[in-house]
Amino acid sequence: MSAQIEIAQASKVFGTGAGAVPALDGITATVPEGQFLCLLGPSGCGKSTLLNAIAGFTPLSAGRITMGGRPVTEPGPDRGMVFQEYALFPWMNVEDNVRFGLDIRGVPRADATVTVDRIVATLGLSDFRKRYPKDLSGGMRQRVAIARILALDPPVMLMDEPFGALDALTRRTLQDELLRIWAEYRKTVIFVTHSIEEAIYLADRILVMTYRPGRIKRDLTVEIPRPRDTASGEFNALKRELAGLVMAEQQRFTSAELHGAAVD
Amino acid sequence: MNRFRGAIVPIALLILWEILSRVGVFSPIVLPPPSAVAVKWYSGLLPGLPYDPATESYWHWMFSGEMPHDAIASLGRVLMGFCVGAGLAVPVGLLLGTSDRLYALFNPLLQILRPIPPIAYIPLAIVWFGLGNPPALFLIALGTFFPVLVNTIAGVRQVDSIYIRAARNLGAGSWTMFRRVILPAASPFVLAGMRIGIGTAFIVVIVAEMIAVSDGLGYRILEAREYMWSDKIIGGMLTIGILGLIIDGAMSRLNDHLLRWHRGLER
Repeated sequence: MSAQIEIAQASKVFGTGAGAVPALDGITATVPEGQFLCLLGPSGCGKSTLLNAIAGFTPLSAGRITMGGRPVTEPGPDRGMVFQEYALFPWMNVEDNVRFGLDIRGVPRADATVTVDRIVATLGLSDFRKRYPKDLSGGMRQRVAIARILALDPPVMLMDEPFGALDALTRRTLQDELLRIWAEYRKTVIFVTHSIEEAIYLADRILVMTYRPGRIKRDLTVEIPRPRDTASGEFNALKRELAGLVMAEQQRFTSAELHGAAVD
Repeated sequence: MNRFRGAIVPIALLILWEILSRVGVFSPIVLPPPSAVAVKWYSGLLPGLPYDPATESYWHWMFSGEMPHDAIASLGRVLMGFCVGAGLAVPVGLLLGTSDRLYALFNPLLQILRPIPPIAYIPLAIVWFGLGNPPALFLIALGTFFPVLVNTIAGVRQVDSIYIRAARNLGAGSWTMFRRVILPAASPFVLAGMRIGIGTAFIVVIVAEMIAVSDGLGYRILEAREYMWSDKIIGGMLTIGILGLIIDGAMSRLNDHLLRWHRGLER
Protein backbone atom coordinates (compact mmCIF):
# COMPACT_ATOMS: atom_id res chain seq x y z
CA MET A 1 0.00 0.00 0.00
CA SER A 2 1.23 3.46 -0.82
CA ALA A 3 1.84 5.56 2.24
CA GLN A 4 0.74 8.80 0.61
CA ILE A 5 -1.74 10.66 2.76
CA GLU A 6 -4.31 12.98 1.24
CA ILE A 7 -6.21 15.43 3.39
CA ALA A 8 -9.11 17.03 1.56
CA GLN A 9 -11.17 19.89 3.03
CA ALA A 10 -10.82 18.41 6.51
CA SER A 11 -12.96 20.25 9.06
CA LYS A 12 -13.73 19.46 12.66
CA VAL A 13 -16.10 21.19 15.05
CA PHE A 14 -16.17 20.12 18.69
CA GLY A 15 -19.52 20.54 20.45
CA THR A 16 -22.68 22.10 19.08
CA GLY A 17 -24.65 25.32 19.31
CA ALA A 18 -23.19 28.33 21.07
CA GLY A 19 -20.39 26.29 22.64
CA ALA A 20 -19.18 24.82 19.36
CA VAL A 21 -15.43 25.11 18.84
CA PRO A 22 -14.14 25.02 15.26
CA ALA A 23 -10.88 23.10 15.55
CA LEU A 24 -10.09 22.50 11.89
CA ASP A 25 -11.37 24.41 8.91
CA GLY A 26 -10.90 23.15 5.39
CA ILE A 27 -7.42 21.71 5.66
CA THR A 28 -6.16 20.36 2.35
CA ALA A 29 -2.71 18.83 1.95
CA THR A 30 -0.96 15.90 0.34
CA VAL A 31 1.80 14.18 2.28
CA PRO A 32 3.88 12.12 -0.17
CA GLU A 33 5.35 8.79 0.85
CA GLY A 34 8.57 9.13 2.81
CA GLN A 35 8.09 12.78 3.69
CA PHE A 36 8.91 14.11 7.14
CA LEU A 37 6.16 16.63 7.79
CA CYS A 38 5.87 18.84 10.86
CA LEU A 39 2.62 20.43 11.96
CA LEU A 40 3.62 23.60 13.79
CA GLY A 41 1.48 26.01 15.75
CA PRO A 42 0.46 27.21 19.21
CA SER A 43 -1.92 25.37 21.54
CA GLY A 44 -5.43 25.28 20.15
CA CYS A 45 -4.40 25.44 16.47
CA GLY A 46 -5.84 22.00 15.83
CA LYS A 47 -2.54 20.29 15.02
CA SER A 48 -3.21 17.43 17.42
CA THR A 49 -6.80 17.22 16.21
CA LEU A 50 -5.55 16.83 12.66
CA LEU A 51 -3.08 14.16 13.75
CA ASN A 52 -5.81 12.31 15.65
CA ALA A 53 -8.01 12.47 12.59
CA ILE A 54 -5.24 10.95 10.46
CA ALA A 55 -4.75 8.29 13.16
CA GLY A 56 -8.47 7.51 12.98
CA PHE A 57 -9.22 8.47 16.57
CA THR A 58 -11.21 11.62 15.77
CA PRO A 59 -13.87 11.51 13.03
CA LEU A 60 -13.98 14.62 10.87
CA SER A 61 -17.06 16.85 10.73
CA ALA A 62 -16.49 17.35 7.01
CA GLY A 63 -13.93 16.46 4.38
CA ARG A 64 -11.90 13.29 4.12
CA ILE A 65 -8.53 11.77 4.73
CA THR A 66 -7.19 8.91 2.65
CA MET A 67 -4.08 6.81 2.88
CA GLY A 68 -2.94 5.16 -0.32
CA GLY A 69 -6.30 6.06 -1.78
CA ARG A 70 -8.30 4.35 0.96
CA PRO A 71 -10.35 6.44 3.38
CA VAL A 72 -9.20 6.51 6.99
CA THR A 73 -12.08 5.39 9.19
CA GLU A 74 -10.50 3.87 12.29
CA PRO A 75 -7.16 3.52 14.05
CA GLY A 76 -4.80 0.93 12.68
CA PRO A 77 -1.23 -0.29 12.95
CA ASP A 78 -0.42 1.06 9.47
CA ARG A 79 -0.35 4.48 11.13
CA GLY A 80 1.71 3.94 14.26
CA MET A 81 1.20 6.64 16.86
CA VAL A 82 3.68 7.94 19.42
CA PHE A 83 2.00 9.90 22.19
CA GLN A 84 3.47 12.69 24.28
CA GLU A 85 2.39 10.81 27.42
CA TYR A 86 4.28 7.70 26.20
CA ALA A 87 1.19 5.52 26.73
CA LEU A 88 3.32 2.47 27.41
CA PHE A 89 1.48 -0.36 29.12
CA PRO A 90 2.89 -0.20 32.66
CA TRP A 91 2.07 -3.85 33.37
CA MET A 92 4.26 -5.03 30.49
CA ASN A 93 8.03 -4.87 30.54
CA VAL A 94 9.91 -3.24 27.69
CA GLU A 95 10.09 -6.44 25.67
CA ASP A 96 6.39 -7.22 26.05
CA ASN A 97 5.43 -3.66 25.14
CA VAL A 98 7.41 -3.99 21.91
CA ARG A 99 6.01 -7.46 21.29
CA PHE A 100 2.36 -6.53 21.94
CA GLY A 101 1.53 -5.34 18.41
CA LEU A 102 3.11 -8.47 16.95
CA ASP A 103 1.01 -10.63 19.28
CA ILE A 104 -2.10 -8.82 18.08
CA ARG A 105 -1.07 -9.38 14.49
CA GLY A 106 -0.68 -13.09 15.25
CA VAL A 107 3.03 -13.26 14.41
CA PRO A 108 4.46 -16.62 15.60
CA ARG A 109 6.44 -16.33 18.80
CA ALA A 110 9.84 -17.16 17.30
CA ASP A 111 9.44 -14.67 14.45
CA ALA A 112 8.22 -12.03 16.84
CA THR A 113 11.26 -12.59 19.03
CA VAL A 114 13.58 -11.99 16.07
CA THR A 115 11.80 -8.70 15.32
CA VAL A 116 11.77 -7.64 18.96
CA ASP A 117 15.50 -8.37 19.25
CA ARG A 118 16.28 -6.28 16.21
CA ILE A 119 14.07 -3.32 17.14
CA VAL A 120 15.16 -3.30 20.76
CA ALA A 121 18.79 -3.24 19.61
CA THR A 122 18.08 -0.47 17.07
CA LEU A 123 16.78 1.77 19.82
CA GLY A 124 19.52 0.92 22.30
CA LEU A 125 17.14 -0.80 24.69
CA SER A 126 18.86 -4.19 24.88
CA ASP A 127 19.92 -3.74 28.50
CA PHE A 128 16.43 -2.68 29.56
CA ARG A 129 14.32 -5.45 28.08
CA LYS A 130 13.00 -6.79 31.37
CA ARG A 131 12.41 -3.39 32.97
CA TYR A 132 8.96 -2.03 33.60
CA PRO A 133 8.12 1.47 32.29
CA LYS A 134 8.04 2.92 35.80
CA ASP A 135 11.76 2.18 36.09
CA LEU A 136 12.67 4.05 32.89
CA SER A 137 13.48 7.71 32.30
CA GLY A 138 11.25 9.78 30.03
CA GLY A 139 13.70 9.46 27.15
CA MET A 140 13.88 5.70 27.54
CA ARG A 141 10.11 5.43 27.70
CA GLN A 142 9.78 7.32 24.44
CA ARG A 143 12.34 5.00 22.86
CA VAL A 144 10.13 2.08 23.88
CA ALA A 145 7.08 3.84 22.43
CA ILE A 146 8.91 4.29 19.12
CA ALA A 147 10.13 0.68 19.23
CA ARG A 148 6.60 -0.51 19.90
CA ILE A 149 5.23 0.94 16.67
CA LEU A 150 8.41 0.28 14.66
CA ALA A 151 8.04 -3.43 15.42
CA LEU A 152 4.92 -3.38 13.25
CA ASP A 153 6.82 -1.68 10.43
CA PRO A 154 4.07 0.89 9.76
CA PRO A 155 4.38 2.89 6.54
CA VAL A 156 3.32 6.01 8.46
CA MET A 157 4.44 7.22 11.87
CA LEU A 158 2.30 9.79 13.66
CA MET A 159 3.99 11.64 16.48
CA ASP A 160 2.10 13.92 18.86
CA GLU A 161 4.66 16.20 20.50
CA PRO A 162 6.61 13.07 21.42
CA PHE A 163 9.60 14.88 22.89
CA GLY A 164 7.68 17.72 24.52
CA ALA A 165 8.19 16.46 28.05
CA LEU A 166 11.91 15.72 27.72
CA ASP A 167 14.88 17.84 28.74
CA ALA A 168 16.75 19.62 25.96
CA LEU A 169 19.68 17.20 25.70
CA THR A 170 17.58 14.04 25.74
CA ARG A 171 15.33 15.70 23.24
CA ARG A 172 18.16 16.36 20.81
CA THR A 173 19.43 12.79 21.17
CA LEU A 174 16.01 11.39 20.36
CA GLN A 175 15.54 13.78 17.45
CA ASP A 176 18.78 12.49 15.94
CA GLU A 177 17.71 8.93 16.65
CA LEU A 178 14.38 9.54 14.95
CA LEU A 179 16.08 11.04 11.89
CA ARG A 180 18.37 8.02 11.72
CA ILE A 181 15.40 5.64 11.89
CA TRP A 182 13.47 7.70 9.37
CA ALA A 183 16.41 7.64 6.97
CA GLU A 184 16.91 3.91 7.46
CA TYR A 185 13.27 2.79 7.24
CA ARG A 186 11.96 5.53 4.91
CA LYS A 187 8.73 6.08 6.82
CA THR A 188 6.27 8.86 6.18
CA VAL A 189 6.36 10.87 9.40
CA ILE A 190 3.78 13.40 10.55
CA PHE A 191 5.13 15.12 13.60
CA VAL A 192 3.24 17.61 15.75
CA THR A 193 5.24 20.20 17.66
CA HIS A 194 5.01 23.72 18.97
CA SER A 195 8.78 24.09 18.90
CA ILE A 196 9.95 26.08 15.89
CA GLU A 197 13.50 24.83 16.27
CA GLU A 198 12.37 21.20 16.48
CA ALA A 199 10.32 21.60 13.32
CA ILE A 200 13.21 23.11 11.34
CA TYR A 201 15.68 20.56 12.70
CA LEU A 202 13.54 17.59 11.68
CA ALA A 203 11.21 18.36 8.83
CA ASP A 204 11.28 18.17 5.05
CA ARG A 205 8.22 20.34 5.12
CA ILE A 206 6.43 22.43 7.73
CA LEU A 207 2.75 23.30 7.85
CA VAL A 208 2.22 26.34 10.07
CA MET A 209 -1.31 26.34 11.43
CA THR A 210 -3.51 29.20 12.59
CA TYR A 211 -5.15 29.47 15.98
CA ARG A 212 -8.81 28.47 15.97
CA PRO A 213 -10.10 27.57 13.53
CA GLY A 214 -7.06 25.58 12.46
CA ARG A 215 -6.12 26.45 8.91
CA ILE A 216 -2.86 26.17 7.04
CA LYS A 217 -1.17 29.51 7.34
CA ARG A 218 2.01 28.59 5.53
CA ASP A 219 3.23 25.48 3.75
CA LEU A 220 6.99 25.61 3.40
CA THR A 221 9.77 23.24 2.44
CA VAL A 222 12.95 23.16 4.50
CA GLU A 223 15.81 23.13 2.00
CA ILE A 224 18.66 23.05 4.53
CA PRO A 225 20.73 19.86 4.04
CA ARG A 226 20.96 17.39 6.93
CA PRO A 227 22.52 17.16 9.42
CA ARG A 228 21.28 20.62 10.19
CA ASP A 229 23.28 23.05 12.29
CA THR A 230 20.94 24.93 14.61
CA ALA A 231 23.51 27.73 14.86
CA SER A 232 23.84 28.29 11.13
CA GLY A 233 22.68 31.46 9.41
CA GLU A 234 20.09 29.84 7.18
CA PHE A 235 18.66 27.88 10.15
CA ASN A 236 18.23 31.08 12.10
CA ALA A 237 16.84 33.00 9.16
CA LEU A 238 14.14 30.38 8.80
CA LYS A 239 13.60 30.34 12.53
CA ARG A 240 13.04 34.11 12.52
CA GLU A 241 10.59 33.85 9.67
CA LEU A 242 8.62 31.07 11.35
CA ALA A 243 8.71 32.79 14.72
CA GLY A 244 6.93 35.75 13.18
CA LEU A 245 4.20 33.48 11.82
CA VAL A 246 3.79 31.35 14.93
CA MET A 247 3.96 34.18 17.45
CA ALA A 248 1.13 36.03 15.71
CA GLU A 249 -1.02 32.94 16.29
CA GLN A 250 0.30 32.55 19.81
CA GLN A 251 -0.89 36.11 20.56
CA ARG A 252 -4.35 35.26 19.31
CA PHE A 253 -4.28 32.21 21.58
CA THR A 254 -3.12 34.23 24.58
CA SER A 255 -5.74 36.93 24.16
CA ALA A 256 -8.45 34.29 23.70
CA GLU A 257 -7.22 32.61 26.85
CA LEU A 258 -7.25 35.87 28.79
CA HIS A 259 -10.84 36.40 27.68
CA GLY A 260 -11.79 32.95 28.81
CA ALA A 261 -12.46 31.62 25.35
CA ALA A 262 -9.77 28.95 25.19
CA VAL A 263 -11.14 25.52 25.97
CA ASP A 264 -7.91 23.64 25.39
CA MET B 1 17.85 1.12 70.96
CA ASN B 2 15.41 2.75 68.56
CA ARG B 3 14.34 -0.66 67.36
CA PHE B 4 12.95 -1.49 70.76
CA ARG B 5 11.27 1.83 71.41
CA GLY B 6 8.01 0.55 69.94
CA ALA B 7 7.95 -2.25 72.54
CA ILE B 8 8.19 0.04 75.58
CA VAL B 9 4.53 1.03 75.79
CA PRO B 10 3.03 -2.45 75.24
CA ILE B 11 5.42 -4.04 77.75
CA ALA B 12 4.74 -1.34 80.33
CA LEU B 13 1.00 -1.82 79.89
CA LEU B 14 1.34 -5.59 80.24
CA ILE B 15 3.31 -5.20 83.47
CA LEU B 16 0.77 -2.72 84.83
CA TRP B 17 -2.09 -5.03 83.87
CA GLU B 18 -0.34 -8.01 85.51
CA ILE B 19 0.24 -6.10 88.73
CA LEU B 20 -3.30 -4.71 88.90
CA SER B 21 -4.80 -8.16 88.32
CA ARG B 22 -2.47 -9.87 90.81
CA VAL B 23 -3.15 -7.44 93.65
CA GLY B 24 -6.85 -7.95 93.08
CA VAL B 25 -7.91 -4.62 91.55
CA PHE B 26 -9.69 -6.65 88.83
CA SER B 27 -11.33 -9.97 89.49
CA PRO B 28 -9.97 -12.80 87.29
CA ILE B 29 -13.36 -12.94 85.58
CA VAL B 30 -13.32 -9.31 84.55
CA LEU B 31 -9.66 -9.14 83.60
CA PRO B 32 -7.38 -12.13 84.20
CA PRO B 33 -3.64 -11.35 84.38
CA PRO B 34 -1.74 -11.61 81.09
CA SER B 35 0.35 -14.47 82.44
CA ALA B 36 -2.83 -16.54 82.94
CA VAL B 37 -3.95 -15.67 79.40
CA ALA B 38 -0.56 -16.74 78.06
CA VAL B 39 -0.68 -20.07 79.90
CA LYS B 40 -4.22 -20.76 78.71
CA TRP B 41 -3.34 -19.72 75.15
CA TYR B 42 -0.32 -22.01 75.11
CA SER B 43 -2.26 -24.97 76.50
CA GLY B 44 -4.88 -24.50 73.80
CA LEU B 45 -2.13 -24.60 71.23
CA LEU B 46 -0.85 -28.01 72.34
CA PRO B 47 -2.41 -31.30 71.29
CA GLY B 48 -4.75 -32.80 73.85
CA LEU B 49 -3.48 -36.38 73.63
CA PRO B 50 0.06 -37.81 73.53
CA TYR B 51 1.51 -38.55 70.11
CA ASP B 52 0.71 -42.04 68.84
CA PRO B 53 2.31 -42.89 65.48
CA ALA B 54 -0.06 -45.85 65.10
CA THR B 55 -3.24 -43.75 64.82
CA GLU B 56 -2.21 -40.51 63.12
CA SER B 57 0.57 -38.67 61.34
CA TYR B 58 2.86 -36.28 63.20
CA TRP B 59 1.52 -33.15 61.47
CA HIS B 60 -2.04 -34.17 62.10
CA TRP B 61 -1.22 -34.61 65.76
CA MET B 62 0.63 -31.27 65.90
CA PHE B 63 -2.51 -29.42 64.84
CA SER B 64 -4.94 -31.51 66.82
CA GLY B 65 -5.06 -29.04 69.74
CA GLU B 66 -8.29 -27.15 70.22
CA MET B 67 -6.96 -23.79 69.04
CA PRO B 68 -5.23 -24.98 65.85
CA HIS B 69 -8.38 -26.90 65.01
CA ASP B 70 -10.53 -23.79 65.47
CA ALA B 71 -8.11 -21.58 63.59
CA ILE B 72 -8.07 -23.97 60.64
CA ALA B 73 -11.88 -24.18 60.69
CA SER B 74 -12.23 -20.38 60.65
CA LEU B 75 -9.57 -19.95 58.00
CA GLY B 76 -11.20 -22.59 55.81
CA ARG B 77 -14.54 -20.77 56.04
CA VAL B 78 -12.93 -17.45 55.20
CA LEU B 79 -11.17 -18.90 52.17
CA MET B 80 -14.22 -20.76 50.88
CA GLY B 81 -16.56 -17.82 51.40
CA PHE B 82 -14.01 -15.47 49.90
CA CYS B 83 -13.56 -17.64 46.82
CA VAL B 84 -17.32 -17.81 46.26
CA GLY B 85 -17.84 -14.07 46.89
CA ALA B 86 -14.86 -12.83 44.89
CA GLY B 87 -15.43 -15.51 42.23
CA LEU B 88 -18.86 -14.03 41.59
CA ALA B 89 -17.94 -10.39 42.11
CA VAL B 90 -15.02 -10.21 39.65
CA PRO B 91 -16.89 -11.37 36.52
CA VAL B 92 -20.00 -9.39 37.43
CA GLY B 93 -17.86 -6.33 38.13
CA LEU B 94 -16.03 -6.68 34.82
CA LEU B 95 -19.34 -6.90 33.03
CA LEU B 96 -20.89 -3.92 34.80
CA GLY B 97 -17.69 -1.92 34.41
CA THR B 98 -17.45 -2.53 30.66
CA SER B 99 -21.09 -2.07 29.73
CA ASP B 100 -22.57 1.37 30.33
CA ARG B 101 -26.04 0.01 29.76
CA LEU B 102 -25.78 -2.75 32.35
CA TYR B 103 -24.13 -0.32 34.73
CA ALA B 104 -27.05 2.10 34.41
CA LEU B 105 -29.48 -0.77 35.01
CA PHE B 106 -27.80 -2.31 38.03
CA ASN B 107 -25.96 0.51 39.74
CA PRO B 108 -29.02 1.89 41.65
CA LEU B 109 -29.74 -1.58 43.05
CA LEU B 110 -26.11 -1.97 43.97
CA GLN B 111 -26.10 1.35 45.80
CA ILE B 112 -29.13 0.24 47.85
CA LEU B 113 -27.73 -3.16 48.78
CA ARG B 114 -24.13 -2.16 49.36
CA PRO B 115 -24.53 -0.22 52.64
CA ILE B 116 -26.38 -3.12 54.36
CA PRO B 117 -23.77 -4.71 56.64
CA PRO B 118 -23.45 -8.46 55.96
CA ILE B 119 -24.17 -9.08 59.62
CA ALA B 120 -27.67 -7.68 59.13
CA TYR B 121 -28.32 -10.66 56.86
CA ILE B 122 -27.85 -13.13 59.73
CA PRO B 123 -31.55 -13.67 60.49
CA LEU B 124 -32.36 -14.09 56.83
CA ALA B 125 -29.37 -16.39 56.33
CA ILE B 126 -30.64 -18.67 59.11
CA VAL B 127 -34.16 -18.65 57.66
CA TRP B 128 -32.79 -19.52 54.25
CA PHE B 129 -30.03 -21.95 55.13
CA GLY B 130 -30.75 -23.13 58.66
CA LEU B 131 -27.76 -23.61 60.97
CA GLY B 132 -24.28 -24.96 60.22
CA ASN B 133 -21.81 -24.03 57.53
CA PRO B 134 -24.17 -22.89 54.73
CA PRO B 135 -25.39 -19.66 56.40
CA ALA B 136 -21.84 -18.89 57.57
CA LEU B 137 -20.44 -19.29 54.07
CA PHE B 138 -23.29 -17.24 52.65
CA LEU B 139 -22.53 -14.38 55.02
CA ILE B 140 -18.80 -14.50 54.35
CA ALA B 141 -19.34 -14.61 50.59
CA LEU B 142 -21.70 -11.66 50.91
CA GLY B 143 -19.14 -9.72 52.95
CA THR B 144 -16.57 -10.31 50.23
CA PHE B 145 -18.88 -9.76 47.28
CA PHE B 146 -19.64 -6.06 47.58
CA PRO B 147 -16.19 -4.60 48.20
CA VAL B 148 -14.73 -6.69 45.37
CA LEU B 149 -17.64 -5.81 43.06
CA VAL B 150 -17.53 -2.09 43.71
CA ASN B 151 -13.77 -1.94 43.27
CA THR B 152 -13.80 -4.03 40.12
CA ILE B 153 -16.40 -1.77 38.53
CA ALA B 154 -14.43 1.32 39.52
CA GLY B 155 -11.21 -0.27 38.26
CA VAL B 156 -12.63 -1.00 34.83
CA ARG B 157 -14.30 2.39 34.52
CA GLN B 158 -11.20 4.35 35.43
CA VAL B 159 -8.87 2.70 32.89
CA ASP B 160 -6.92 5.58 31.33
CA SER B 161 -8.19 6.17 27.80
CA ILE B 162 -4.61 6.63 26.59
CA TYR B 163 -4.04 2.86 27.01
CA ILE B 164 -7.19 2.12 25.03
CA ARG B 165 -6.07 4.50 22.29
CA ALA B 166 -2.58 3.05 22.17
CA ALA B 167 -3.92 -0.51 21.96
CA ARG B 168 -6.43 0.37 19.24
CA ASN B 169 -3.61 2.02 17.34
CA LEU B 170 -1.68 -1.25 17.53
CA GLY B 171 -4.72 -3.03 16.12
CA ALA B 172 -6.17 -4.62 19.26
CA GLY B 173 -9.62 -6.15 18.91
CA SER B 174 -12.13 -6.15 21.74
CA TRP B 175 -11.03 -9.46 23.31
CA THR B 176 -7.34 -8.52 23.32
CA MET B 177 -8.31 -5.10 24.62
CA PHE B 178 -10.20 -6.68 27.47
CA ARG B 179 -7.71 -9.37 28.37
CA ARG B 180 -4.42 -7.54 27.93
CA VAL B 181 -5.34 -3.90 28.58
CA ILE B 182 -8.51 -3.42 30.63
CA LEU B 183 -7.97 -6.38 32.93
CA PRO B 184 -4.39 -5.57 33.94
CA ALA B 185 -5.14 -1.84 34.09
CA ALA B 186 -8.02 -2.55 36.48
CA SER B 187 -6.11 -5.10 38.55
CA PRO B 188 -4.80 -2.69 41.23
CA PHE B 189 -8.41 -1.78 42.02
CA VAL B 190 -9.58 -5.39 41.94
CA LEU B 191 -6.80 -6.46 44.31
CA ALA B 192 -7.53 -3.55 46.64
CA GLY B 193 -11.15 -4.72 46.67
CA MET B 194 -10.04 -8.24 47.50
CA ARG B 195 -7.96 -7.00 50.38
CA ILE B 196 -10.94 -5.13 51.82
CA GLY B 197 -13.14 -8.14 51.03
CA ILE B 198 -11.01 -10.64 52.90
CA GLY B 199 -10.86 -8.24 55.85
CA THR B 200 -14.65 -8.10 55.88
CA ALA B 201 -14.83 -11.89 55.49
CA PHE B 202 -12.68 -12.25 58.57
CA ILE B 203 -14.98 -10.03 60.63
CA VAL B 204 -18.03 -11.86 59.35
CA VAL B 205 -16.63 -15.34 60.04
CA ILE B 206 -16.19 -14.58 63.73
CA VAL B 207 -19.77 -13.34 64.05
CA ALA B 208 -21.19 -16.16 61.95
CA GLU B 209 -19.42 -18.73 64.07
CA MET B 210 -20.94 -17.24 67.21
CA ILE B 211 -24.37 -17.98 65.80
CA ALA B 212 -24.51 -20.83 63.35
CA VAL B 213 -21.76 -23.39 63.96
CA SER B 214 -20.03 -25.32 66.73
CA ASP B 215 -16.34 -24.81 66.08
CA GLY B 216 -14.04 -22.04 64.95
CA LEU B 217 -12.51 -19.14 66.83
CA GLY B 218 -15.74 -17.15 67.04
CA TYR B 219 -17.65 -20.10 68.48
CA ARG B 220 -14.85 -20.81 70.96
CA ILE B 221 -14.73 -17.39 72.57
CA LEU B 222 -18.51 -17.30 72.91
CA GLU B 223 -18.41 -20.77 74.44
CA ALA B 224 -15.74 -19.61 76.90
CA ARG B 225 -18.04 -16.82 78.01
CA GLU B 226 -20.63 -19.39 79.10
CA TYR B 227 -18.10 -20.67 81.64
CA MET B 228 -16.73 -17.21 82.43
CA TRP B 229 -13.28 -18.28 81.16
CA SER B 230 -12.06 -14.80 80.53
CA ASP B 231 -8.47 -15.97 80.03
CA LYS B 232 -9.67 -18.21 77.22
CA ILE B 233 -11.73 -15.41 75.69
CA ILE B 234 -8.75 -13.09 75.60
CA GLY B 235 -6.52 -15.88 74.32
CA GLY B 236 -9.01 -16.53 71.52
CA MET B 237 -9.07 -12.85 70.66
CA LEU B 238 -5.29 -12.93 70.51
CA THR B 239 -5.43 -15.83 68.02
CA ILE B 240 -8.02 -13.98 65.94
CA GLY B 241 -5.72 -10.96 65.84
CA ILE B 242 -2.72 -13.02 64.83
CA LEU B 243 -4.68 -14.80 62.11
CA GLY B 244 -5.98 -11.48 60.77
CA LEU B 245 -2.45 -10.15 60.68
CA ILE B 246 -1.24 -13.22 58.78
CA ILE B 247 -4.08 -12.96 56.24
CA ASP B 248 -3.51 -9.27 55.63
CA GLY B 249 0.24 -9.77 55.40
CA ALA B 250 -0.21 -12.55 52.86
CA MET B 251 -2.59 -10.41 50.80
CA SER B 252 -0.17 -7.53 50.92
CA ARG B 253 2.73 -9.74 49.76
CA LEU B 254 0.58 -11.10 46.94
CA ASN B 255 -0.37 -7.56 45.89
CA ASP B 256 3.25 -6.44 45.91
CA HIS B 257 4.16 -9.34 43.69
CA LEU B 258 1.28 -9.04 41.24
CA LEU B 259 1.57 -5.26 41.05
CA ARG B 260 5.35 -5.08 40.88
CA TRP B 261 4.95 -3.00 37.72
CA HIS B 262 2.75 -0.46 39.48
CA ARG B 263 4.02 3.04 40.09
CA GLY B 264 2.42 3.15 43.52
CA LEU B 265 4.91 0.56 44.73
CA GLU B 266 8.03 2.52 43.87
CA ARG B 267 10.33 2.47 46.84
